[in-house]
Amino acid sequence: MTSGGMPRRMGRSEAASGLAMISPTASYAILLLAAPLALIFIYSFLTDGYLEIIRTFTFANYIEAWTNELYRVVMLRSLMVALAVTAATVLLAFPVAYFVSFYVDPSRKSLWLFLITIPFWTSYLIRVFLWKVILGYNGVVNSGLLGLGIISEPLQWINYNVGAVVVTLAHAYAPFAILPIFVALEKIDRSLLEAGQDLGESRFMTFLRVTLPLAMPGVVAAVLIVFIPTIGDFVTPQLVGGPEGRMVANLIQLQYLKLDNYPLGSAIAVSAMMIVTVASLFFLYLNRRYLRGPGS
Amino acid sequence: MRGGWFKVYALVYLVFLYAPIILLPMFAFNDATVIAFPLSGFSTKWFAALVDDPPLHDAVRNSLIIAVTTAILSTTLAVFAARASTRYRFPGKAGLMGLIMLPLVLPEIIVAVSLLSILLMARIELSILTVILGHVLICTPFCIAILSSAFQSLDRSLEEAAYDLGETPFSTFRLIILPLVMPGIISSLLISFTISLDEFIIAFFLAGTEATLPVYIFSQFRFPQAVPVIMALGTILVCLSILLLSIAEFFRRRGLARSGAKDTGGFL
Repeated sequence: MTSGGMPRRMGRSEAASGLAMISPTASYAILLLAAPLALIFIYSFLTDGYLEIIRTFTFANYIEAWTNELYRVVMLRSLMVALAVTAATVLLAFPVAYFVSFYVDPSRKSLWLFLITIPFWTSYLIRVFLWKVILGYNGVVNSGLLGLGIISEPLQWINYNVGAVVVTLAHAYAPFAILPIFVALEKIDRSLLEAGQDLGESRFMTFLRVTLPLAMPGVVAAVLIVFIPTIGDFVTPQLVGGPEGRMVANLIQLQYLKLDNYPLGSAIAVSAMMIVTVASLFFLYLNRRYLRGPGS
Repeated sequence: MRGGWFKVYALVYLVFLYAPIILLPMFAFNDATVIAFPLSGFSTKWFAALVDDPPLHDAVRNSLIIAVTTAILSTTLAVFAARASTRYRFPGKAGLMGLIMLPLVLPEIIVAVSLLSILLMARIELSILTVILGHVLICTPFCIAILSSAFQSLDRSLEEAAYDLGETPFSTFRLIILPLVMPGIISSLLISFTISLDEFIIAFFLAGTEATLPVYIFSQFRFPQAVPVIMALGTILVCLSILLLSIAEFFRRRGLARSGAKDTGGFL
């Protein structure tokens, strides 16, 4: 962007106009996002009284959150579930994004993307509940298999466990993974691929050495965009997870709404945010390492 | 066949994506209380049950008030931010835009508990209004994403021509810029409306006693006999959101066509 062309008659510098323009939105975000986040950060170092929060500084909440077996297991489980969901979603989504970008006629690409995004926007709660219906004891899978005589009693291992949570979340976030990969693939200059093949590489090697590295920013974006919301998901573990499938959001909800222990709830929330941040930075670091590797 | 195995895979993938949604109307029109195969017979009684359900009607009313207000407020805030970020350079831009877009990469539960904490500290009573505050926060980044592409594709020389012809910055905005980004604004309104209508966790924390539609649905999941009614409700909701999204997509494409930009597809 050039900085010229600004009408001088407004009598303000570009910087002032820009700041004035963004101020309503920025004030809103500072008041209702930055301030609340700062508040729970402060809460996490305070002490819980029964009906009030006692203003004495302490690390006890963090010690409790990180050493108590119960909390540690749940946080570790959230991390594992989110990683599994992310891996499954991104691996399954890549070929779809590749197909839409490389094989679908340009005039029909937005139709495909529209079809892929629609399920994402339709009642999340009901979609999750449908997985409970599909995987449940009397559910669609069990009643179907029983009806066909393939099994003699309902399968119990398909519902109310971590596996059910992974399947449901992988389904819910699938469209989120496809879009960034598609955008990255669209940006690839197709003549690079021809050049690769002209220089004697096989199609597969061209894919590995040209397409994949160039698509990597999209893959990383997809990883982050799936990983971050899944680790904090509340509805899916609550509905299909059962007691063995609870995740960190359920723990935070328990502390806040049921036990009324805001300091501990805040410490768990801040810890969850830290895990998310560290994991995200790790993904970004991997991406940079990968891009610096051979072939670039 | 172009794409060969890729196409087969993509079609199978689409079936996987749509599988739960396809089941929805099957059970909504099924005659049995138990959700299982084989289906027992056609019935519309679950839809009839929706008509006589006052708590549901209250929830729908609350949700509509919240969604309409959220759509208007978040689109307005997004117009400011998108215009500022695409048109001007100013100090702290990256930081401010980062903060505004942060809800996109923040687990919603964190937004919910932090807002709850500050509202309780400020002794603000939980109501429809507090849900709106939360929804505007999470919808604004989506609206900015849509509107930024609309503002980005504006030709700045049109604006300069208007100034040269004696228009004020405000009248230029109203006469030149607004009509050009109008399709983006409509699509942003529809998307934020859809997000707000569907949002559960923030409403769950901030609604107090005034349940929204998703909070009501969530509370009904505990009762097995209520499930077929929820299926009927879900069928209606899915049809409604597909309709809204189709309209949003129509306007988004028209906006791109109007400003002559290339369609990169998708809302994100």
